[in-house]
Amino acid sequence: MKQNQMIKHHLTDKILMAYSAGQLSEAFNLIVATHISMCDECRAAMSSFDALGGALLENECLNGEPAPDLQATMALIKAETPPDRTPPPVRSTETPFPLVAYVGDNLDDVKWKPVGMGVKQSILQTSAEATARLLYIPAGVAVPDHGHHGTELTLVLRGAYSDETDHFKRGDVEIAGEDLHHTPIADAHSDCICLAVTDAPLKFSGVLPRILQPLLRI
Amino acid sequence: MTRRYPGSQSNGASYASCKKDDQIMSVTLPSVEDWTGHMRLIRDNQDEVAFAELFRHFAPRVKAFLLKSGTEPTLAEECTQEALATVWNKAHLFDPTRASVATWIFTITRNRKIDALRKQRRPEPEDLAWGPQEEPDQSDVIAMTQETKKLGDALTALPSKQRLLIEKAYFGELSHSEIAIETGLPLGTIKSRIRLALERLRHAMT
Repeated sequence: MKQNQMIKHHLTDKILMAYSAGQLSEAFNLIVATHISMCDECRAAMSSFDALGGALLENECLNGEPAPDLQATMALIKAETPPDRTPPPVRSTETPFPLVAYVGDNLDDVKWKPVGMGVKQSILQTSAEATARLLYIPAGVAVPDHGHHGTELTLVLRGAYSDETDHFKRGDVEIAGEDLHHTPIADAHSDCICLAVTDAPLKFSGVLPRILQPLLRI
Repeated sequence: MTRRYPGSQSNGASYASCKKDDQIMSVTLPSVEDWTGHMRLIRDNQDEVAFAELFRHFAPRVKAFLLKSGTEPTLAEECTQEALATVWNKAHLFDPTRASVATWIFTITRNRKIDALRKQRRPEPEDLAWGPQEEPDQSDVIAMTQETKKLGDALTALPSKQRLLIEKAYFGELSHSEIAIETGLPLGTIKSRIRLALERLRHAMT
């Protein structure tokens, strides 16, 4: 995947450490892995937390439990077909690799469901602790003003949007906590597609979005 | 997840301490930190002796890590064997300029654990494989090895309370929101090293 040198909004160390330690839900793992595929800065930070995991592993020892069985492991290796060692091709598609298993190769083939005012979404299949969805925001359109009960991460895949805090382009990730109430607006010149992940339902300010919310699962 | 392996009776050996398992290794035992030569032998020659040595060092650590993370003994043994089999099968993907062997095995172990315990796939970043003809610069490998050693030493030197907090995060006893990122460890230097290695890799890929 070609690197976007212009990424300005990154994941926090806390999220990267939780990812490295294996403490995130599937939906959050997905958005972290997708951002890292686009961002070497965060890949390096994640790798440093992996190094900490490696240092912990190095210090471990068994306390009387039987040692792992080498013969059985060799038998396991020989029972499997030898690995394909051709290096993976350098990808240059718009959809980062971790996302392909969830949405397919092409963002233009996603099956969208209208949410209102031209905004569309597609909910991805992940474990139930958190929700992941793709959001399609037509050029110049605003997503209804909303706040957050938990944490919402939004990663731009195509186009760009602005809200009260800043401007977000492809590869940028916005981290919204309880304190942020925002109205994201897609840039005027092109439609915007984002991957959004939440661990709790959003809080909409308007009456209509609040009524629709249970139906839309957002 | 209840696969049976042929001839899986254990040899009965158990290790009383972290150090004892190192002593039974052959004369080719590397310094504790550098297993990259073994990885090369496994990758290029499918060297079973090198693998056995690496196994004797790392497999007990992997199993202990899984047990501490709350994995049942039978499943821990199963996951350990699968993790070490992955080390063999994916040896060509190991990049010593971006991770120590211990770090790489940690990531494999963590992913096996998530697969086995949560029964869900873990989305992983796109792999950045280095080309087969491009051997990494040895000075970069040595630098990464040294940084890893420094990190290990710093971890050992931490006050036990702080160290316990880090262990809890990695063994799954803390929720995401309870994780403290102020580790007091020199992670910044490792990050800079990896960043440089990634830049070189990107340069080679274009």
